[in-house]
Amino acid sequence: MLRQLHKFPGLIAALLIVTMALSGAVLSVLPAWEAAMAPALDQTLTVATLAERVSATFPGVEQIRRSPAGQITAFYFEAGRPGAVVIDPATGKGIADHAPSGLARWVTNLHRSLFLGDVGRWTAAAGAAALLVLSLSGVMLMRRRVGGWRQMFSRLRGPVAGRLHTQIARLSVAGFVLSSVTALLMTASTFDVLPNGTAPAFPAQVSGRIGATPGTMPLLQDTPVQGLRELTFPYAGDPTDVFALKTNRGEGFIDQGTGATLLWADAGFWQRFNEVVFMLHTGQGMAWLGLILGLMALGVPVMAVTGVAIWLKSYRARPRMIGNAAAAQADTILLVGSEGGSTWGFAATLHAALRLAGHKVHAAPMTQLDLGRYNRAARVIVLTATYGDGVAPASAKGFLDRLAALPHAPTIPLAVLGFGDRQFPQFCAYAGDVARVARVAQAKGWPNLLPMATIDRQSPQEFARWGRDLGNALRHALDLAHSPAIPRSHPLTLISRREYGTDMQTPAAILRFACPQSARFDWIAGRGFGRFGPGDLLGILPTGSPLPRFYSLACATHDGFIEVCISRVPGGLCSGQLLDLAPGDTVQAFVRPNPDFKPTKGRKPVILIGAGTGIGPLAGFARANTARRPLHLYFGTRHPDHDLFYGEELAAWQNAGKLASVTTAFSRTNTRAYVQDALHADAAHIAQLISEGAQIMVCGGRDMAAGVATVLAEVLAPTKWTPALLKAEGRYVEDTY
Amino acid sequence: MNIPLTALALTTALASPALARPVTMTTNMAQYGGDGAYLALYVTDAQGAYQGSLWMAGDKSKYYEHLSDWYRATAGDAAQIDGITGASVGAGQQLTITLDLADALFDAGYSLHIDAGVEDMRNSPSEIVVPLTSSGAGQPVQGARYVRDFTYDL
Repeated sequence: MLRQLHKFPGLIAALLIVTMALSGAVLSVLPAWEAAMAPALDQTLTVATLAERVSATFPGVEQIRRSPAGQITAFYFEAGRPGAVVIDPATGKGIADHAPSGLARWVTNLHRSLFLGDVGRWTAAAGAAALLVLSLSGVMLMRRRVGGWRQMFSRLRGPVAGRLHTQIARLSVAGFVLSSVTALLMTASTFDVLPNGTAPAFPAQVSGRIGATPGTMPLLQDTPVQGLRELTFPYAGDPTDVFALKTNRGEGFIDQGTGATLLWADAGFWQRFNEVVFMLHTGQGMAWLGLILGLMALGVPVMAVTGVAIWLKSYRARPRMIGNAAAAQADTILLVGSEGGSTWGFAATLHAALRLAGHKVHAAPMTQLDLGRYNRAARVIVLTATYGDGVAPASAKGFLDRLAALPHAPTIPLAVLGFGDRQFPQFCAYAGDVARVARVAQAKGWPNLLPMATIDRQSPQEFARWGRDLGNALRHALDLAHSPAIPRSHPLTLISRREYGTDMQTPAAILRFACPQSARFDWIAGRGFGRFGPGDLLGILPTGSPLPRFYSLACATHDGFIEVCISRVPGGLCSGQLLDLAPGDTVQAFVRPNPDFKPTKGRKPVILIGAGTGIGPLAGFARANTARRPLHLYFGTRHPDHDLFYGEELAAWQNAGKLASVTTAFSRTNTRAYVQDALHADAAHIAQLISEGAQIMVCGGRDMAAGVATVLAEVLAPTKWTPALLKAEGRYVEDTY
Repeated sequence: MNIPLTALALTTALASPALARPVTMTTNMAQYGGDGAYLALYVTDAQGAYQGSLWMAGDKSKYYEHLSDWYRATAGDAAQIDGITGASVGAGQQLTITLDLADALFDAGYSLHIDAGVEDMRNSPSEIVVPLTSSGAGQPVQGARYVRDFTYDL
């Protein structure tokens, strides 16, 4: 619901809101410009003095106006010709002809009515309403994504479009809400939906005399020019007319014969209200606010583009199921909980594979759970993604409650597969919740088809493995070859390889490939190899499998080569093929950005912790560290003579200041030390670095990363930090395999 | 713009269907370089007292106070222009209104006023003041600010 509320106004009104925002940004500069151009004003100057000075210079003056930004204009009539000048209040003399800017008028009309009169005004108001709905629903979505109000300003993760969208939103959403609410209030006032307040009636009695000069009038003497809105002079030769004064406090009339105040009325509530709304929307009289709102408005086009991009991506990712069986006919029920749509891709692969195996499969969002209709179902399979920090995705809302509220356990066996990102502390928490309920139900007699399983970062390998387990349970082969939208791959040619570990029965190598040359048009069309940096992932498509395997890059685009550190995985298809490559051989590969595994910006120290081939991206960070930021490397491997990857470079980088320190640990020497031991031995130093604001980056096997986290928890015990706290701040990132 | 009106809600009993005739009022706007002008057309008697409104060009009541003479006379009373309100008139454009006006309005000291106002520009109350006479019909009257000329034809 919340997502629909965000999606539809966004897609429909994107162009309209962008137009409003850009024209608004242009207009936002005007009050500041006008205030900067206005001559200096003596704070003690009264309207009486100003009026004297102006009428001395312009005897035919009809009206003096002061704009909220401070520009004073006199309108006069001379020899039958109307004139308008900008006044210097110090002298009462004109300094320039008053000529309203045609550009400002053009942009104003575009902004408020799209040059379409009242229809345009209503359209613009609809745009403001859409912006308000988008802002509020966006804030709620973001709260759900980050896991609470307190985390609203936590570090962002995920693809760049989403991060940019959220980043701009949280910087600017307050401005969007203010601008849209005030826009709606102004529209309401224009169309008399809100009262405008009424000006006081003209005085019934005047002296009938003329001749008092403005300088002698008490009301004008008491009014500072700063509060002036307009002073209207009486018609020459009309003794029934009066001086009319309007200020920021109210308005009144002055007798032109006696100079006495005939009537004064303070501004009513609605008048003041509308003035405040006008000021907050336009920045006139509050130029700094106008500039801030204008700056925020510039974020709107970016948000529109990224928002539509996010929607397009999830729309494209959601496949159309072919041959989806009716719920009552199906033997297998697939329930999908997916926020962005990627889980639907996995569901479609599973759907197709099960159909191929002769099953009748019904796939539906989790929200459509309806056990009463599953008459012929022999199994229920739930595929669910976590959204951000372990929160239920949109299509899974209420599923848990409904499951918990069932009067008795269903008899259809259940399997739960969770999709998530191990980098989030609450990895697969939601799928875990579903499994917990299933366990409770199981105690009542709801059978389990498979134990709960999880898929990290859309890993096709893990999905295929789970498919084999499901096939075993169903007693037939089940081959799940799912490749989530593989980018166009390019042939990479091996140019050199450095051997390691040949004496340790685990061959490993640093492989260096030439950068592919892409045609200029491919590059323009976004089909080139793409830019990359250390920590980004190189996807390799091994021969004989459609599933890419990912390796962390140890280099950046400007290095001019592509380098990865690889060891042979027992039974591994891809690592075997890579290690068999001879210089001149090629593999198909592509780059996938990994924006979360990057050093944070700045000069703060970074603690790099790696084991085995996990050194790859860490070496890349050191190689790229031309700014000589303090990088402290802790590197665990087996033996200094056999698999000390980048041994020579590490020493050279340390001499060049690219590495502040290098601490090694060897598990196959007499010391029998792991990288965890090295961390333990250096506990005081690490605690010190963390208190200085250091970031921790861990790369290596999953078990090693878990061991490192345990040791760091001990190391940090004397400080106020824990690994979990650092992770929440984005100061503890892992790349594990 | 042609707006035939059969009756006119003047406050005095000047409009009598039997003794009325169609009057066409043509207002040509000058190139004043601003947004659409608000115009109030109304009638005063020989003493200058407001008698009634003929037309209001412009439909946002919050701007009516800028038609200062009309506003002074009516205190912005919406009932004065009920049913005789139209769109504002852009620079260089023409407003043509045809009304059935009582014969008694002519050659009896009544004057027709036009107040004009444009957003962010000066107010122009009584920019046109023209006596309603049979002989004045068809004679263009020049305005000073926003109105280039005004003519009424019997």
